Amino acid sequence: MFVKKKKPNPEINASSMADIAFLLLIFFLVTTNIVEDKGVLVRLPQWSEEPPEDLTLNTRNVFTVLVNAQDQLLVRGELVKIQDLKARAKEFIMNPGKREDLAESSKEAIISLKNDRGTHFKQYLAVYNELKAGYSELWNEEAKKRFRKDTVEECNKEQQNEIKRDIPFVISEAEPTAFGDEK
Amino acid sequence: MSKFSTKRANTAPTISTSSLPDIIFILLFFFMVVVKLRESNLKVKTITPYATELTKLERKSLVNTMYIGRPTPQYAPIYGSKPRLQLNDKISNLNEIPLFLERHKVKLPEGQRPGITTSLKVDGDVTMGFVSDVKTELRKAGQLKINYSAKKRTERSGF
Repeated sequence: MFVKKKKPNPEINASSMADIAFLLLIFFLVTTNIVEDKGVLVRLPQWSEEPPEDLTLNTRNVFTVLVNAQDQLLVRGELVKIQDLKARAKEFIMNPGKREDLAESSKEAIISLKNDRGTHFKQYLAVYNELKAGYSELWNEEAKKRFRKDTVEECNKEQQNEIKRDIPFVISEAEPTAFGDEK
Repeated sequence: MSKFSTKRANTAPTISTSSLPDIIFILLFFFMVVVKLRESNLKVKTITPYATELTKLERKSLVNTMYIGRPTPQYAPIYGSKPRLQLNDKISNLNEIPLFLERHKVKLPEGQRPGITTSLKVDGDVTMGFVSDVKTELRKAGQLKINYSAKKRTERSGF
């Protein structure tokens, strides 16, 4: 009564398997390429054998940041949290209230960064990153004010140079102290 | 009439593509394994910190990489637990930096040499003392363009 019909073995179409595998392959190629080299670009000062000459700068133009071996920040003699560093630096550079103790002008402002040999690298980079972020925010604000562009990158080379001439990014790094060096 | 009649089908023979996925899977596994291998060559632990102001290093041929970190547990008995520098595949001393830079430089044409960037992959927990020493060596060697490797920080990862 129930006679099984003998079907011919149907061939499974496997041509789309290749496409699926290709997709996987491309996915892996792309995701592994994303892990590329990104980082904070820094220009080191030229090496010279002679000790640098003592520049006498007006203290109001220098924004000193000291980082100790406990990763604490001392900004112009005050203990400051890293979250507040950027806002402080920006206020110092632009000096919107024309205060006596902040920078005379953005051109004259200098940031002096000094750390200890025991400072952890992540803290150092975080501090550097905050200062850099402060400057790039100022540049963007200037770009908006002067040229009606959202970021400095949108301005042309001349405009960028003009902004960066008026607000130069100057970080002077001193030789680290050695209080908290690893034994 | 002929005894050997050709037994060819009327339709064109289909090419079997069933082995194509296998070939591509082999490619896939090859890439996956190769990508993993490159990382495992590291003899120092380098977990780079987070940052927001990142610059992408575009031209790979102009970049040389230095790793700074504490030796991994596997290598700790040989190299100790203090931060060390790794150039290429081996743990090196600071005085090997100039030679390392020179070796990379000679491979490039004269015109491209000013664009050479040193990518420093530094572990977040390394103390700055050793990093400063490396920086001093780099300055002495005239390699001033450096890039501290970092990961993109999103709002949530915080400080």
